[in-house]
Amino acid sequence: MAARVVTVTSGKGGVGKTTLVGNLGVALAMRGQRVVVIDADVGLRNLDVMLGLENRIVYDLVDVIEGRCRLRQALVHDKRLSELFLLPAAQTRDKSAVQPEDMVRICDELRDQHDFILVDSAAGIEQGFRYAIAPADEVLVITTPEVAAVRDADRVVGLIEADEKGPVRLVINRIKPDMVRRGEMLDIADVLELLAVDLIGIVPEDTAILVAANQGRPLAFSADSSLAGRAFHNIARRLMGEDVPFLTLREPGMWGRLFRLVRSEGN
Amino acid sequence: MGIFERLLGRREKASSGEVAKKRLRLVLAHDRSNISPALLDTLKDEIITVISRHVAIDPEGVEVTFFQSARETRLVADIPLLPRRTQRKK
Repeated sequence: MAARVVTVTSGKGGVGKTTLVGNLGVALAMRGQRVVVIDADVGLRNLDVMLGLENRIVYDLVDVIEGRCRLRQALVHDKRLSELFLLPAAQTRDKSAVQPEDMVRICDELRDQHDFILVDSAAGIEQGFRYAIAPADEVLVITTPEVAAVRDADRVVGLIEADEKGPVRLVINRIKPDMVRRGEMLDIADVLELLAVDLIGIVPEDTAILVAANQGRPLAFSADSSLAGRAFHNIARRLMGEDVPFLTLREPGMWGRLFRLVRSEGN
Repeated sequence: MGIFERLLGRREKASSGEVAKKRLRLVLAHDRSNISPALLDTLKDEIITVISRHVAIDPEGVEVTFFQSARETRLVADIPLLPRRTQRKK
């Protein structure tokens, strides 16, 4: 069966694209899928360090495009899993080295021998975003529950739909349940209502994500040690077509329930 | 801060989450339609001018706003007509 190409993008930077791609790659590979993750952020290579593979890179995406190596030679095998490969970005070039057709051609070449090709897009809506969505069968947009991130997410959703790459599915990252409970953060329902797209996952804020990034060992490797790790596995399962209920991030405590009661009476 | 003050304070002031949602709703409507707040004002003024040429309206009461359903945005103009009696007095 031919692979599905899933691009992860966001508009705004720093909302968790690379973390999502790294963890999804690990989670899917742990579930027996043959996965290639492509770092499409040429010039700002990150996915390699996220996965702890930075010392194993020989060739990169631009080397493949410009014919300095074969595609197979550029793939870095993550030895912790039998079927996880990274195609790294070039660090010393810029986005103009990649055309949308290059990405389409590379993904098509990979389709036969894999199940999932995950593309980590650059932030923004320029060339780096354009060539990252070009090969996509499906696009995931990731956002955080913040005004600026949601606004940028809306912009990319519009562009993706105009490009007929929709329907987009949304990941809401870095949710802080206690802030949501106090009414100091947009909640999941707010974000979905504003963006009017389908949800594929929610990921709570978790300091373990930073620890994992420090070590180059994505949280998804130990799925059950953290809520965020479980969240990534749930998204992987949904990508594989399973129907998985969304995490309940935290039940409101007694005070939360009382607050809600008083507030609803006050309205 | 005591619990009662917190509860009272909360009734008066919208939580920052609600503020965020309200602001986003408006920002997204402007972004999606490519209609800036200034352009919206211009549209409103011109609508008033055009309609007033044919019927008596209350220019103060005119509201031009966005209406959102899913990813579709509409521009809605609410134009109060002056009652006929008021028109005669003029």
